[in-house]
Amino acid sequence: MAQSEQEILAGLAEIVNEETGLEPSEVQSDKSFTDDLDIDSLSMMTIVVNAEEKFGVRIPDDEVKNLSTVGDAVGFIAKNQA
Amino acid sequence: MLLEGKKLLVTGVLMDSSIAFHVARLAQEEGAEVVLTSFGRTMKITTAIARRLPVAPPVVELDVTSDDDLAALADRVREHVPHLDGVVHSIGFAPQGAFDFMAAGWDDVSTALHVSAYSLASLTKAAMPLMGEGGSVVGLTFDARYAWPVYDWMGVAKAAFESTSRYLARDLGPKGMRCNIVAAGPIRTTAAKSIPGFERFEEAWGSRAPLGWDVNDAEPAARACVALLSDWFPATTGEMVHVDGGFHAVGV
Repeated sequence: MAQSEQEILAGLAEIVNEETGLEPSEVQSDKSFTDDLDIDSLSMMTIVVNAEEKFGVRIPDDEVKNLSTVGDAVGFIAKNQA
Repeated sequence: MLLEGKKLLVTGVLMDSSIAFHVARLAQEEGAEVVLTSFGRTMKITTAIARRLPVAPPVVELDVTSDDDLAALADRVREHVPHLDGVVHSIGFAPQGAFDFMAAGWDDVSTALHVSAYSLASLTKAAMPLMGEGGSVVGLTFDARYAWPVYDWMGVAKAAFESTSRYLARDLGPKGMRCNIVAAGPIRTTAAKSIPGFERFEEAWGSRAPLGWDVNDAEPAARACVALLSDWFPATTGEMVHVDGGFHAVGV
C-alpha cells in the first residue's frame, strides 16, 4: 500500500531522529539535509538504507545526490513506492 | 555445495553494492556460515545491509587500525562461531590527499598504507588463533603492477597489499593455510565512487577487456573469492587471480 506524503514525511523524520537526534518536528519538507539539518554523507547513507527498508523502495546511489531537501526524498519515495 | 559447513569472516560489507556483500551472499548460498565486521559509525549501515543477505549474519566490531579491536577479534568472533575456515579482506581507505601523487604528504600516504595494506597482515594475525589447516585468506585488489590515472597512493598501497599477500603465503604455507587475492576490474561501489575521476576507468575498461566488463556487476569477483575460499584451490597460494574481463592480458 502506497503511503501519503504526510505519512512518509513522518516516517522519514523518525529515521532522521534516530540517526541524528534531531527533533522530528524539525524535519520539514523545505529543509536541506546538508545545509539545514547538518547531515553528513555517512549519516545520509544510514538514513537512505533505513528508508529503503522502511518504505520498501530502492534509492540508487546516483539518485541520492538529487535528494537535497527532505521534500525531495519524500517525493522520490512516494513516486517509487509499489 | 562449495563451502558446505565452512565458517567465514567477511570484512568490508558496507552497502549491497559492496563486493564483500556479494561474497557473503554467495558464500551463504554455497553453505557457509558468515560473520561480518564493521566499525564505528558504519556499524549501523552494515547491520542494516546484513539483513538483506539470505541469512542475517552477526556483525562484530573491527577497526583494523585499532590494536584493541585486533586483540579482541578472536574472542568476538568466537561468540558466534567456534573457529574460522576463511577470512575475506575487503578493506581500503585513502584520504583524498593521497589521490594527488605529487602533492600527497606522509600523513595521507601512511594512512592509506596502514588501512589498505598492513591490515591484510594484522587481520590475518588476529584471525590466526581461529584458523587451522586448510584455512584460506582472500583479499581484493586493483592490479597494482601499473600506474593508473587518479589511483595514485592508493595504487602504491595496493602494491604493498599484493606483496603482503605473498609474504603471508610464505609464512602461512607451513601451517597449511593459503593467502590469495582477486584483482577485480572497476566496480561501482561506494569505495570506488569516492575516488575522484573513477569514471575514467569505467570508460576504458568495457572497450578493452576481451570479455567486456560491467561496472555494476560484482558477482564475477565474488565468485572468484568463493572459489579461493573453497577446497578447490588446495595448492594455490600467493596468487593474484584477475577477474577483469581479460583487461590485463591485452595491450590496447
